[in-house]
Amino acid sequence: MIELDTNDRLILRELAQDATQSASALGRKLNLSQPATWRRIKRLRDIGVIAGQRLDLDKEKLGFGVTVFLGVKLATKGRVSLEDFERAVSAIPEVQTVEHILGLYDYRLRVVAHDISDFERVLRRRIMTLPGVGDVEANVLLSEERRPGPIG
Amino acid sequence: MLDDVDRRLLRHYQHDATLGPADLADLAGLTVATCARRLDKLQAAGVIRANRAVINWRALGYEVEVSLRITLDKTQPRAFDDFLDAARKVPDVVEIQTFLGRVDLRLSVIARDMAHYQHIYRSAILTLPHIADIEALMHVARIKSDEVLPL
Repeated sequence: MIELDTNDRLILRELAQDATQSASALGRKLNLSQPATWRRIKRLRDIGVIAGQRLDLDKEKLGFGVTVFLGVKLATKGRVSLEDFERAVSAIPEVQTVEHILGLYDYRLRVVAHDISDFERVLRRRIMTLPGVGDVEANVLLSEERRPGPIG
Repeated sequence: MLDDVDRRLLRHYQHDATLGPADLADLAGLTVATCARRLDKLQAAGVIRANRAVINWRALGYEVEVSLRITLDKTQPRAFDDFLDAARKVPDVVEIQTFLGRVDLRLSVIARDMAHYQHIYRSAILTLPHIADIEALMHVARIKSDEVLPL
């Protein structure tokens, strides 16, 4: 298992806030030299601890006022393969994430829409027509926060 | 407020957030100066909130991810506030969402293995205030996770 020291953790925390910081700016913050900071960032990327970068956009300002999490149960397991369902659901542009889960539901989908009537359109025309789809439970997202996680 | 050029720019930037202004300008068919100016404007307007590194917890030895769906005891007027304040103090909680629907909240919890999860569940989750019901879902796989908006 990969062990991180305090500086690695601080760098991760910083980059999770703003990944566009340069190694020298970050080094100044953490009292490290630019080459040492750069080496550490490179290592975190090389060993896959930093998996990439994600743009954090304000959905509302872009006209997406509604986010709904759908719990989907497949009705006809076996008849429709999981791969068929996964391929079809992943191709829907309004579906942001697809997670295969174990428990009450088979899949959890994160769906964005402009408003509730737009969500109804997505649900009826895109989700309910997926191959093998059974029970669907909807929870409308009210608030969301991502926490730094156990790197504090 | 946003025009088609902004949308085109964001579409490319969303798909690869590691791109710099020069690459983005190329893809969106803009000059580097125009591209940089538009990105600055989108940032100043708060449309682009941040560009964040994605941490792969699995690479750090966190093999288990569990979604805890929680219903609160709403006879307590401060149920949400108390619960959220306490949940924020648990370092293994990586996501907190509140809902309108069948459940009130969802916590995403990561752990090194099932024994570690069991420990977190008993010592840090079940001790959170005002829980009426709790339901656990185990993550098996992420099929799609880019979280791209259909612009």
